[in-house]
Formats: sequence, C-alpha cells, structure tokens
Amino acid sequence: MNPENTRELLINMGPQHPATHGVLRLVLEIEGEVIKKCIPYIGYLHRGVEKLSEDLTYVQSLPLTDRLDYLSSMINNVGFCIAVEKLMGISVPERAKFIRTMMSEMARICSHLVWIATHALDVGAMTVFLYAMRDREKLLELFEMVTGARLTVSYPRVGGVRCDVNQEFLDELYKFVNEFPKKVEEYETLIDRNRVWLRRTKGVGVITAEEAINWGLTGPTLRGSGVYYDIRKFFPYDAYDKVEFEVPLGKNGDIYDRYKCRMLEFRQSAKIIKQCIELLPEGAILADDALRIRMPSSPLKIDKKDIQFEIYIEDKSIEDFINKFTEVYASIEAPKGELGFYIVCDDSAKPYRMRVRAPSFVHAGVLPRLCEGALIADVIANIGSIDIVLGECDR
Amino acid sequence: MGGLIRIFDNATQPVEVEKDLKIVPGANTIITTIDKIASWGRRSSLWPLTFGLACCAIEMMATGASHYDLDRFGVIFRATPRQADVMIVAGTLTKKMAPVIVNLYHQMAEPRYVIAMGSCACSGGIFNTYSTVQGIDEILPVDVYIPGCPPRPEALIEGIIKLQEKIKHQPYHKERCLSGICLIENENSKEKNESHRDSEENKR
Repeated sequence: MNPENTRELLINMGPQHPATHGVLRLVLEIEGEVIKKCIPYIGYLHRGVEKLSEDLTYVQSLPLTDRLDYLSSMINNVGFCIAVEKLMGISVPERAKFIRTMMSEMARICSHLVWIATHALDVGAMTVFLYAMRDREKLLELFEMVTGARLTVSYPRVGGVRCDVNQEFLDELYKFVNEFPKKVEEYETLIDRNRVWLRRTKGVGVITAEEAINWGLTGPTLRGSGVYYDIRKFFPYDAYDKVEFEVPLGKNGDIYDRYKCRMLEFRQSAKIIKQCIELLPEGAILADDALRIRMPSSPLKIDKKDIQFEIYIEDKSIEDFINKFTEVYASIEAPKGELGFYIVCDDSAKPYRMRVRAPSFVHAGVLPRLCEGALIADVIANIGSIDIVLGECDR
Repeated sequence: MGGLIRIFDNATQPVEVEKDLKIVPGANTIITTIDKIASWGRRSSLWPLTFGLACCAIEMMATGASHYDLDRFGVIFRATPRQADVMIVAGTLTKKMAPVIVNLYHQMAEPRYVIAMGSCACSGGIFNTYSTVQGIDEILPVDVYIPGCPPRPEALIEGIIKLQEKIKHQPYHKERCLSGICLIENENSKEKNESHRDSEENKR
C-alpha cells in the first residue's frame, strides 16, 4: 500500500468500558498495533466533593470522604480525621489508634482484593475474581459487625472511633487473618506461573525508579520500581510505629513486580492486624476533647428551614478552639498511594478550602508514559497495574 | 375401541394451571398467550450492561460474584449495550457523563429497561452540587429505583426481581418506552419529551 494513503487511527476507549475501572476515557492514536499517542480524559465522575465540604462542618464532611476511594473508605476516613486532629491539636487514645490501624489494614486487604480480582479479570483470568470476591465478602461481614455498613463505613471520628469492637469481632478477625495467607497462596497458584499471565505482565509497562519518583508515583506503584517509601514507616501515624512489618519492594518496575508487591502486602497487612489484636490496649475509644455535635438546646427553637448543628469541644464552641487562619496537610498511606488532605481554615467551623491529594489522579497522569510505544492489549494491563479509582481521581 | 378413544380424549383436555396458562397432561405441551411466553422469555434472561459509575458498581460486582451469584436469576453482565436488555445505572451521574449514558441507552435494543441503583442515581443523593445530575430520571425513563448508599447486594437482587415481576405483566407489544432526552438532539425534541416523570404526571 502506498504509505501516503495511510493514516493514524484514533480509538476512543471509554468512558463505558469494562476494563477502565470506572469512567476513565482514553483516546488512543494507533499505528497498526502500536500506540503512538495516548491521552487520558478524566472528570466523568467529578462530584464536587471539595466544594461541597466547604459548606459542611468538619464533622459533617466525614461521609463525603467515604465516597472518594470507595474500595477503602475506612482509610479515607482515617486520613481526614488525622488532618482535622492535626488542625485542632486533638490527641487520640491508644485503643482508638490500634482499632484504626486494624481497620485500615482490613480496608487495605479489601482494596487489594478488588484490585487482584479486576486486574486478573482484565488480563484474562476469570477464576481469581471469584476467589478474591469470596474472601472479600468475609471482611465486609466483619466491617458490618462493627460499623453497620459494608462499603461506606464512616467509622472513625475526629478524636477516635465511633464505637468499640467486641470480643466476637476480634475472634472472627483473628481466625480470618490466620487463614488469609493460605488464601493468598491460592491466588498465586492460579496465576503466578500461568504462562499467559507472565507473558502479559513481565517486562510490560516498565518504569524506572527515577522516572517513578519524577512522575510523583506513590504506594505499591512506586515500590514496584524498587523505591523504599512508605508513609507508614517514614511518617508513622496511628499505631504503625508500634507494630512490626516490612515494606515489600519490587525490582524491575514492570507490571509483574507491582503485582508481586501487592501480593506481599496482603501478608504484611495480615501480620499487622494480628499484632493489633494481640496488643490492643484497654481504655477509651474517643478523646475527651473530641468534636461532638450538640443539637440546639430547645427543639422548639429549630426552624425547619435552617437546622444548624453546632459542634463543641468541652463546652467551648469550635470557633474559640480552632487555630484561626491556619492550614494543615496530613497524609497517610492508602492502598493506592499517598492520600493527603490539605485544609485551610478560617474562623468558622467549616473549612475554607479542602483539597484532596489523590494518588489515583497522579497515577492517571502516568498512563501516556506507560502506554505510548506499547501494544493495544497492554493498555488494559497498564491501567490495572497502576490501580486507579476514578471516584478519587475526579473527586 | 370407541370407549378407549373417549378416555384418551379426556386425558388430553388441557388443565388450567393459572390464568392464561394451560397444560396438556402427558403431551409435554402448554397452551398460553404470546404475551405470556414473550414476557417469560424476557424476564428469565435479563442481561444487564456492565456499567459501573461509582461506589454502587462495587456492590454490583459483589452481587455478580461468588457469594451472591446473580447468574441464578439468568442475569449475566454484558460489556456492550447491543447485547444488553437492562441498564443498571450504578452510581453518581455527572453532567459530563449524561450524554454518554443517553447514547448508551439509545444503543440498547428494545425492549429496554433501566434500574436506578443507589441514592445518587435515584435522586442525586448527598451530592447536591453543580456537576451532578439530580437523579437519572431527569434524562432516562426509570423502571425500578433501589435506594441505599450503596444498596446491599440483597437490595439489588430484590430490585431485579421487582423488574422481573413488572415485565411479567407487560404485553408483548410493549409500548415504545419514552426514550429520554437526547442531549445531542435539538431543542424541539427536548421539549417534546421533557422528562419521563413529567409526562407521567401529565397523563394523570
């Protein structure tokens, strides 16, 4: 064929596509099977969470954070609470810290389970999906036991947690954690030596350590390239400085290493939960100076049009307590990477500005770098390996 | 011989099991209306469109997975609208996404059904902001609403069963469902079928 008559083909992938993990849209410019250009379009799930939280008090904003990264809503809650606690100087009781750590790791396992389920499904292994969802269901039951919700838990509070865990829950969880490493082995037997899996993941989507840092990657996506960085180790929050765990690292920075990292994190999370149950101290679960909501004193005074909840600390109004006109940034290690909350406050009980530093947003930016020059089939594998959630990306 | 034939005739008398459904004993035959058989076929293999928007999609996935197993109801997720009968809108619909969803709806073959899963799809939920559509019934005709944030898998199953019941009583020639406003089309057609909800009220 005359090369003058050929032209590049534009392919629109998404926003409705079963393998884009939500509503990501990619415009691919291809030449044969090779991708020349890849442009990600985001914003199909932009719900205005940041703007909405400017109209709500610090207590009321908590349920909004559930819906950011809905695979690990517990960790989002914890991140927000830590940011507000840092802003107001509230110290959390020991028991609450351990419960939060335990719950965070449960959420991490949940999130990674959905990741392995969908990623394997995209690459072509159906059975892993069924196995992973089976085990996730058990964790969700445990969540339900304590929080009453399966997915959007809203369990932590500014200054602690909402309610205490009981012995029955701890026993069930301990049993689960003991069995869980065997389950991880089960997933590995399914795919780890599978020839198709290896061909599709090894040496595909390689990103070097230097590049990964330059792109701002965090979490397992960064650690797959062999960079030792984990906020749980570097800036410990909650009870992470009291438990022992290792940070699994990859070597080559390809999809297989990122997968391997997450598989090892499963085991580390199980280890952390086990230690948390063993070390769980007695005591209060909510700080004395925690934010509390007080209804207006007389119900007769409530105007139906304008019900206002006031938040108080030790009978002092929050307006007296808050460090006026300051800003705070607190970050935690979410399953996807570094999740940060940046709050600018004025003299009211509502944030002047709340910005979420979402790992998925940063990771979506690296897609062109990973996909350009690769084959069409590798796009799906690449999207899966960086583990993005569009709820968090678009906010 | 004559007596024998008479007995045989008695045995082939169709027995009415329920309204409009007769069974011929021993002949492996049923007699029914075309409406019934069509709706039976439609409701027994509802193939939804894999269309996760937000949090509810995870619960939809969990419902389809090993523990709750939607395959029991003949529900098998399809990745293309051309093969789908029902669209489960699971999650928040934003204004940027709205034209896409209307497009997908038009790509589905008739008869098509829509399930609004979760409070965001039902009414906008907690996201009363500049960027979200306050309920998908503003742009699409909805058959079943499932409240919850997100609804439990049991609730989704209940919603699907409710839709099956609804289809059961629908005639073979289903009234051409009001296709929602196509945001891409011109203003005239927009006014013509403003909203499914509105037109229903007008009928009353």
